[in-house]
Amino acid sequence: MLLIKGGRVIDPKNRMDEVADVFIEGGKIKEIGKDLKADGAKIVDAKGKIVTPGLIDMHVHFREPGQEAKEDFLSGSKAAAAGGFTTVATMPNTKPVVDTAALVRSMKERADSVGIIHVEIIGALTKGQKGEELAELGDMVQEGAVAFSDDGHFDDSAKVFMNGLDYLHTFDKVIISHEEETSLVEEGVMNEGHRSAMLGIKGRPTVAEDIAVARDVLLAEYTGGRVHVAHISSGRSVELVREAKKRGVRVTAEVTPQHLTMTDELVNPYDSCTKINPPLREQKDVDAVLAGLLDGTIDAIVTDHSPHAQEEKDREYIYAPSGFPGLETSLGILLTDLYHKGKAELPLLISKMTWEPAKIFGLDAGTLSVGSPADVAIIDTEFAWTVDDKEFYTRGTHSPFVGRRLKGKAVMTIVDGTIVMQDGKVMDDTTLS
Amino acid sequence: MGKNNMSLRGRNVLGLEDFSKEEIRLVLETAKEMKNIIHRDIKKVPALRGKSIVNLFYEPSTRTRTSFELAGKYLGADVVNITASTSSIVKGESLRDTLYTVEAMGVDAIVMRHKAEGAAAYASRVVAPVIVNAGDGAHAHPSQGLLDLFTIEQHKGHLEGLKVAILGDILHSRVARSDIQGMRKMGMEVHLAGPKTLLPRFLFQEPGIFVHERIEEAMEAADVINVLRIQLERQKAGLFPSMREYARVFGVNEKRLSLAKKDVLVLHPGPMNKGLEIAPDVAYGDHSAIQEQVQNGVAIRMAILTLILTGGRKDAVD
Repeated sequence: MLLIKGGRVIDPKNRMDEVADVFIEGGKIKEIGKDLKADGAKIVDAKGKIVTPGLIDMHVHFREPGQEAKEDFLSGSKAAAAGGFTTVATMPNTKPVVDTAALVRSMKERADSVGIIHVEIIGALTKGQKGEELAELGDMVQEGAVAFSDDGHFDDSAKVFMNGLDYLHTFDKVIISHEEETSLVEEGVMNEGHRSAMLGIKGRPTVAEDIAVARDVLLAEYTGGRVHVAHISSGRSVELVREAKKRGVRVTAEVTPQHLTMTDELVNPYDSCTKINPPLREQKDVDAVLAGLLDGTIDAIVTDHSPHAQEEKDREYIYAPSGFPGLETSLGILLTDLYHKGKAELPLLISKMTWEPAKIFGLDAGTLSVGSPADVAIIDTEFAWTVDDKEFYTRGTHSPFVGRRLKGKAVMTIVDGTIVMQDGKVMDDTTLS
Repeated sequence: MGKNNMSLRGRNVLGLEDFSKEEIRLVLETAKEMKNIIHRDIKKVPALRGKSIVNLFYEPSTRTRTSFELAGKYLGADVVNITASTSSIVKGESLRDTLYTVEAMGVDAIVMRHKAEGAAAYASRVVAPVIVNAGDGAHAHPSQGLLDLFTIEQHKGHLEGLKVAILGDILHSRVARSDIQGMRKMGMEVHLAGPKTLLPRFLFQEPGIFVHERIEEAMEAADVINVLRIQLERQKAGLFPSMREYARVFGVNEKRLSLAKKDVLVLHPGPMNKGLEIAPDVAYGDHSAIQEQVQNGVAIRMAILTLILTGGRKDAVD
């Protein structure tokens, strides 16, 4: 039994935003109300803090199996708990690629054995993520795969993608699409723009993303299937999604904290920490994705948590792998650069990290409704801290946010009624209460 | 000139964007003195005696590497060449570890050529010896930019206000980028032209830069024309239809040269594809300073090495 007292409770699903107590029993939300009392319950004082559903990140890379030097389920789960996340969904671009029911099952078992947070599994859309033949999608659905994706690259064949939309219609599952037309980004390592022109670095143009989004939206419209645009970054792509939603196309979209707050002016070729796909764009794109987040065009905020081993990232920019870890910095960046600067309200940000992604995947999560699993984050929006990679739980160290002074952090994470993180410290097997 | 209150000692030479107009001026003035040394019968001064320089080359290069090597040797430094094919680089050693190894041998400067943009800047953050960028991908080739300025000034007597046309594959050219940086610092007007597939899409945003799709427009009344090398693989990558067509539409020949000023100076960083980007009669014609660029390259590199390793003490040079 746990009684969280006196916090500002924000539960977007129920349009709740008021000071209240939250009572947890048997791993479920039992009651929410004023001045609750519960004999024998552990009391958590949340006065001056925000109490929200546990955060959901529908786009992470935990690298297991096959690339455990970058991350594994344990280090990734700890990083998630440290960041206030209670549910994440892992992308299938592991070694081997998660493209069979047997692999989905073994991933689920591994996730359960680690057990700090909930880990959902995204299966590959095509065998080996090669974009040629559909993977055994129905079989993976039966083992609990929540969505399908060939994330990491675009599926060049419109026919294969259309088949995926049609086939998954039966199971009402969404395809998460990495939107960059391959031939336009083959050698590019940063946004194509003024900055890349001056640096002489090959670019990945926004039009590569726009073409891909346009195709997928049109195919979703034609088939009635569901497309989720991964890590949207181009302003024109936001417009395409906005127009499609108006026409009733079943399209959703996600954006990362980095694409909401950083531009390609921050790219320095001596440090690969800014290298991501799609790349950091220009200010007009950053402004457009923020506008898309605010007007509902963009449904979810994800980290695209992509850790790499130190020695892989510490090299020439063009040779370093793309991606950086995000689970432990996401909330701090969003609160510092959006909330505290008056660009986005708390309920909106929380909604994009809880109820909205839960809806897309059909998860029983992302809300504090009575009877729901007691996954809760307690956030101190005023907590000042400095991002230090030595304190990361993730194995990934190269983050462009390292050294940044932030205001706001999750101070407690509760999963199924159990405190798994308190004041930045994640409980391990021996300390788990 | 200005030596008393300005020193480049210990400075990494990564790109001309890091250098002020006055610092570029200092290098050009120092290079004049160095050029005199090259003309001596005995080309050896003790300016860098006891200093050691490593040429760390990850890309094939003859003229730049030899130029740096001779520059170091004329100044009395010990110079060693490491090329990718002969070193542990082919065994998969990381750039960081290679740099650590070179540093541990006690070198004072590392002259580095690498395919990756930013590699020299990365090196400057990893090890203590001063780094001279001898070309990092399509980003920068600062000593080439300086030798182009030096060559132009030797002919024109000044730099400010001159109109320069840089022609050809701007997109992939580190020479073009260093020229642009240096020329703009010195108050020159830079006109870029080539097939649109070889022009960076967003360079026109820079003040002082004019982008043209026809080389004739850029050459109009130009004081200087710098013709860039066309890498033959660009045609295979589909960036222009054929060599023949390139020569006909974008090649610099006598007829097109007549669009420029009467006393136009023709430069080319080499090696040339004669009959492709430049006609032989232009390459060897009266306006060409292409051979002279090579000699000036040695003088500029002597100036750079002296200034960054000693601060340019006059007594060491005389």
